[in-house]
Amino acid sequence: MSESEQSVHAYGAAIMEPSPYAIPSRKLTMWLFIISDAVTFGALLFGYGYLRTASSDWPTPFKFYPSILNVMMMTIVLITSSLTMLGAVDSAKAGDKAKASRFLWSTILLGVIFAGLHIREWFGLIDDGVRLFQNPWGSPLFGATFFSITGLHLLHVVSGVIALAVIARGFSRGRLTPGHVETMGLYWHFVDLVWMFVVPLVYLLNLAH
Amino acid sequence: MTASGTTRSGNVIVKYLPVYFILLGIAGLEVFIAYQSLSTVSLLVVLLALAFSGGALAVMYFMHLIHERRSLFLTLIPAVIFVLLMMNMIWSDSFRMLHMRPFAR
Repeated sequence: MSESEQSVHAYGAAIMEPSPYAIPSRKLTMWLFIISDAVTFGALLFGYGYLRTASSDWPTPFKFYPSILNVMMMTIVLITSSLTMLGAVDSAKAGDKAKASRFLWSTILLGVIFAGLHIREWFGLIDDGVRLFQNPWGSPLFGATFFSITGLHLLHVVSGVIALAVIARGFSRGRLTPGHVETMGLYWHFVDLVWMFVVPLVYLLNLAH
Repeated sequence: MTASGTTRSGNVIVKYLPVYFILLGIAGLEVFIAYQSLSTVSLLVVLLALAFSGGALAVMYFMHLIHERRSLFLTLIPAVIFVLLMMNMIWSDSFRMLHMRPFAR
């Protein structure tokens, strides 16, 4: 905790009631961001469901190879990155900066691999002729929903990787606290959580049989 | 263990390995079930149930919500569930689009 934070806490303790949630305001803010983001993804997935239900010719283009195999690899990479993030948070709280830094950079590496696999998946579909408002198989809105949902998730992954790099650098130099690493961990686990819904709803419901 | 669920001496990776493998198992099971010959509605229900199970595990254990005060859980989770339930109002209109438009057979 920085000196300014300590003085605020010491001052605040005298005049303010304790937080009803017993967590720092930084962490509560991240939780509030996460629930608002969950609703954003929920709205996108409901919008996709609306269009899919209302279309009589919704395409089902995803074959086991390469799409589903690629998605399975992405899932393994992302869930593993959540595990390394847990290690980073725990090591940071235990005061082991070197170990926390190793775990953070491992998480970043896994995030980059995930993004690479994601872009490979996109290029595969673009090669097949899928665009935002056209595709060779059926309802032209398929591309719009697919690229919107997976694109917003990819944006979260890329933003997360950049934020993780900033946190890793700041924490190893002593500018940031374990609380920052923990708050970043919440965000990263949320990215993993969203993927758990994107895979079944966007990919597995649109399998090519 | 601290209030936020960290272990000071033990290896946290080992501690959360069961959750990790359950999440991988759920992901594998989803792919297996998707290749069974189920109707779209049945498949949707099963996949959603599995996704919510995996999501709950991730929120409670990876995000440590289970170790936080219950007031935090009661503030966050019912609000999200309420909003997501309200979004279900769209379905009647999407079925109308499919079955009642002039060119529907």
